[in-house]
Amino acid sequence: MSRLTDLLIKLIPVFPLLAVLANGLLGHRYSHGMAHRLAWGSVGLSFLCTIGVFTDVMRTGASHEVVVYQWIFGGDLTINLAYLVDSLTCAWLLVVTGVGFLIHVYSVGYMHGETGFTRFFTYMNLFMVSMLLLVMGNNYLVLFIGWEGVGLCSYLLIGYYYDKVSAAKAASKAFVVNRIGDAGFLVAIFLVFSNFKTLDYTKVFAQVGQLSPDMATAIALCLFIGAVGKSAQLPLHTWLPDAMEGPTPVSALIHAATMVTAGVYMVVRNHAIFDLSPFAMSTVALVGGGTALFAATIGLVQTDIKRVLAYSTVSQLGYMFLGCGIGAYTASVFHVMTHAFFKALLFLAAGSVIHALSGEQDIRKMGGLSSRIPWTHRLFLVGTIAIAGLPPLAGFWSKDEIMAHAFTTHHYLLYSMAAFGALMTSFYMFRLTYLTFYGSSRMDPHTAEHVHESPMVMVVPLMVLGFLSIVGGLILGFPPEHGWLHGFLGPVVGVGSLHETGAGMALLLMSIAIVIALAGWGLAHFLYGLSPATADRWANKFSGTYRLLLNKYYVDELYDLMFVEPLKRLGAMLDWFDRTIIDGIVRGVGWLADWGSAGSTWVEKYIIYGGLNVIGYSNHLAAREGRKMQSGMVHHYAAIIVAGIFLLVLVVQLFAQM
Amino acid sequence: MLEELTAGFPILSSILFLPLVGAAVLWLLDDEDMVRTSTLTIALVEFALSVFVLLRFVPESAAMQFTEHVRWIPALGISYHLAVDGISVLFVGLTAFLTVLVVVYSWDTIRHQVKLYMMCLLALETTTMGVFVSLDLILFFVFWELMLIPSYFLIKLWGGGAERHYAALKFVVYTLLGSVFMLVGISLLNINFHQWASLHHPDQLYSFDLLELMTVPVPVSQQLVIFWLMFLGFAFKAPVFPFHTWLPDALLEGPIGMAVVLAGLKVGTFGFIRFSIPLLPDASKSETVVMVMVVLGLCAILYGAWMALVQADFRRLLAYSSISHLGFVVVGLFALNYQGLQGSLLTMINLGFSTAGLFFIAGFLYARQQTTQLSAFGGMAKQVPRLATFLLIIGLASIGLPGTNGFVGEFLILLGAFEARWWFGGIAVLGVIFGAAYFLWYYERSMMGPLGNAVKGAMSDLQLREMVIAVSLSVMIFWIGLYPSPFLRIMNGSVQALVDRLHHEKAAALDRSPVRQGY
Repeated sequence: MSRLTDLLIKLIPVFPLLAVLANGLLGHRYSHGMAHRLAWGSVGLSFLCTIGVFTDVMRTGASHEVVVYQWIFGGDLTINLAYLVDSLTCAWLLVVTGVGFLIHVYSVGYMHGETGFTRFFTYMNLFMVSMLLLVMGNNYLVLFIGWEGVGLCSYLLIGYYYDKVSAAKAASKAFVVNRIGDAGFLVAIFLVFSNFKTLDYTKVFAQVGQLSPDMATAIALCLFIGAVGKSAQLPLHTWLPDAMEGPTPVSALIHAATMVTAGVYMVVRNHAIFDLSPFAMSTVALVGGGTALFAATIGLVQTDIKRVLAYSTVSQLGYMFLGCGIGAYTASVFHVMTHAFFKALLFLAAGSVIHALSGEQDIRKMGGLSSRIPWTHRLFLVGTIAIAGLPPLAGFWSKDEIMAHAFTTHHYLLYSMAAFGALMTSFYMFRLTYLTFYGSSRMDPHTAEHVHESPMVMVVPLMVLGFLSIVGGLILGFPPEHGWLHGFLGPVVGVGSLHETGAGMALLLMSIAIVIALAGWGLAHFLYGLSPATADRWANKFSGTYRLLLNKYYVDELYDLMFVEPLKRLGAMLDWFDRTIIDGIVRGVGWLADWGSAGSTWVEKYIIYGGLNVIGYSNHLAAREGRKMQSGMVHHYAAIIVAGIFLLVLVVQLFAQM
Repeated sequence: MLEELTAGFPILSSILFLPLVGAAVLWLLDDEDMVRTSTLTIALVEFALSVFVLLRFVPESAAMQFTEHVRWIPALGISYHLAVDGISVLFVGLTAFLTVLVVVYSWDTIRHQVKLYMMCLLALETTTMGVFVSLDLILFFVFWELMLIPSYFLIKLWGGGAERHYAALKFVVYTLLGSVFMLVGISLLNINFHQWASLHHPDQLYSFDLLELMTVPVPVSQQLVIFWLMFLGFAFKAPVFPFHTWLPDALLEGPIGMAVVLAGLKVGTFGFIRFSIPLLPDASKSETVVMVMVVLGLCAILYGAWMALVQADFRRLLAYSSISHLGFVVVGLFALNYQGLQGSLLTMINLGFSTAGLFFIAGFLYARQQTTQLSAFGGMAKQVPRLATFLLIIGLASIGLPGTNGFVGEFLILLGAFEARWWFGGIAVLGVIFGAAYFLWYYERSMMGPLGNAVKGAMSDLQLREMVIAVSLSVMIFWIGLYPSPFLRIMNGSVQALVDRLHHEKAAALDRSPVRQGY
């Protein structure tokens, strides 16, 4: 059984890899039908393998380590391409392959007729391979291959419409901002190696007790820098909203359900190190809480359907880090999973809306779509309720667990940040729903004519995700703190809930969460359902705040002003410096030497230092550059080389006689 | 069977002189196509020979292999001593590989004086091989100097830029200036050997042989003098910041083939790991040397990357990125630990695929627009998707994306640097960010976005010959990136020996210290 499991583990990333090779190298030779079948088929096979592995891990509770081959080695360093599959990995594998499969199927319909159809699926499969390596690696470096690999695919897919300037810019931005985080991650890897002389998780975590508190803090913070970049947390969040330039399935898969949660995975995987450093934990929690709040405020006023969802993703990721920072690892993973369901659902449903409206993304030009695209409407509403946090849908259970954990561990500041964020989440999501689906239509007449429900290949994946968004929370995490997921992950992440929550307290916190979600809904209903004029009035009344939020606190402009522009200007200065000063010194030396050699130093150079006249010769040559000598240089080189040998003989003879 | 046949066969000499003999044969030919075919044949045979050496090379061994040793000028202790070990053997393969690609590239891009060009190219191959396989310092020096002659003519006669005469001269002068100092350093080594030998074994009074010189102790003060003399030779050639200003000129003004060789074959930094560090271990690990070298390396990493960011010409960008990469190599070398040395060595090889590869791409761009200025491009991915794809693959390798060769080398260097002193690695790692910035920004402006104004409507994508070059480079990039094992195994023995030598000297110094205290 174990051998079979090991084989299945090895196979999981192989299928998408084969599809990448086939579609990438031969994709232009066969039809689109073949290309997409290979793409989703391979992910489907990976999903089946994952199920097999998962059942084994669930049954035995064992973790599997499988070495594929020795990758980098020499001296005291050995790094294998090897996998570690335990319950934590399984949780991610299920999401990545399961949700990934659904999104691949959806893409067949969504990308139909796009140029570069095969290219799209090649990149998507490459993403799957990288993401699988990321969560399956048994050491930091395999994690890092996946980490940068998903970054590359993100780059390629954001820039999918590469002839659009905004897409090209967004792609580069995503990659470069991510690399800032990656540099921090690399430093963490070096620190780990210098402390443990290995990069394998199991060996590192076994000796983690040797770390001094300061070193643990340093490692944890460097790791977290990586997580901040990948998961778009403050202050490196700016790339994710721009990443919406990519096709919508990409936003769903990479920029909502899987890749951006890699940071959470990394923190949870390294919880043994984070647990040693209260300072790092507080940092994680505060950055998470701050981002949750910050991004939610921006989400309140955005007018692009995908951007609202993007800020909501940033905000939800903040909740996950908040959970990690207070030690509620299981709750965080739980939220990763439910978020994958409902956010993938929301993005794909948004994609279905965009598809129906021939590419329109501005919610000010939507409205009244509920009857025109009924399935999309229903499913989008499911997603909205799930993220807003109303029971019994998925988002309620996971978000509530994080918040309850914050409250019962006396992190009242974090709790209130999360609660306020939840209010805004509920508000902006229902605002989005109202503006998109209800009220009167604000569409172009031309667009309105063509509105149509999406084909089944797109709707069915939505239904599956809708179903998961409804029951996923109950299946995975009910009853709170003692659900199935808690038992499953317990051996890996430790039992986080050391606190004793009274049943009364738990119910009270749940009730508060429900009230908050309903309040957000109510406010949205009032502003965008009952009295649309009020919304505009408020926007005018608080126009300063409104503009600040609409322009995302001007963070991009600030970064341009503080980093990008000075960097370029300094670069231009260096360029001048290089051409004028450094090169000038070289020319100057040559010129001076030549000039000097003609004068009083002639005797010194040619007689006294006769043996060293090669130097004089070369300077002499240097000076002639201005005269642009055209030919006749060969004998000079020959002369110099002969002179050099002669010099050598001379020196040897001289010294030999000493 | 094969073993018996090849035993005693002077394969390194064959590798060394086949191109030169080939160049002489070309002289006799008149037909240009004949010249091309013959050159390619010679380059391919040369490549086959070097592959044979690589295959027969015993990995995980520090021993010198395929040794050929003939006395040349016994009175001065100069000998014709060739051999390869884990440090040099990969360069032999790389030189032969790149020469084949350069010949393929030059097939239809060099249109005048084809014969002379090919002769220069082959002569350059011989001299470069000589640098890599010589164990005698004088022999090495001769090849080192002779390298200049074909290089000079390649830049001057086949360069595309208006300033090519100036660039050629600058290149030659720079290198010559440095090598004079190096020659003095080599002489000092010989003199030291002589002084020691006169006391200990009078039968051999002179030697320029690397292996023999290594057996003789050199006083630390003298090591330092020699180190800095040799440093000038290697640093000018490498080029190490701030001796780099000849490089952008030479790469921009010279022909692509020359740029590939200059940027792809890191003879300067090879000099450090082949001669400076093993011959002068105490100097190499002295505080001053380590500090100066690493700080220069770190400056080069950041300075080069920063400069690359603002260049509007692709070849100038590549020149500065190459300076930045050399900074990594220098930092790794003078981390003086296993990972640092191994990473530097691998990176030198890697650059032969990535940086050299990018110069080929620059050549492909040049062939289409007669310039590599950014203003001539924009939105090219739509016109030439294959070219854009390979530019991305090779470019990502050069910025060290995991899965490509660049990552393995860069990671090892950074790890080694970090182990040596945390801030070496801490600063060097910033290069990772800048690297992504300059490359992707250029890619964004040249390949993505709407079609540039200067881009012609119809532009052909990569042709067969260009595909051959791009694909073979990509294969190497992924091979070393995903399965570097064969390459690492070749290096490991020699790297370990080098580390032991550095480490052993340290131990010896410690042993001596109590004795001194006793006095």
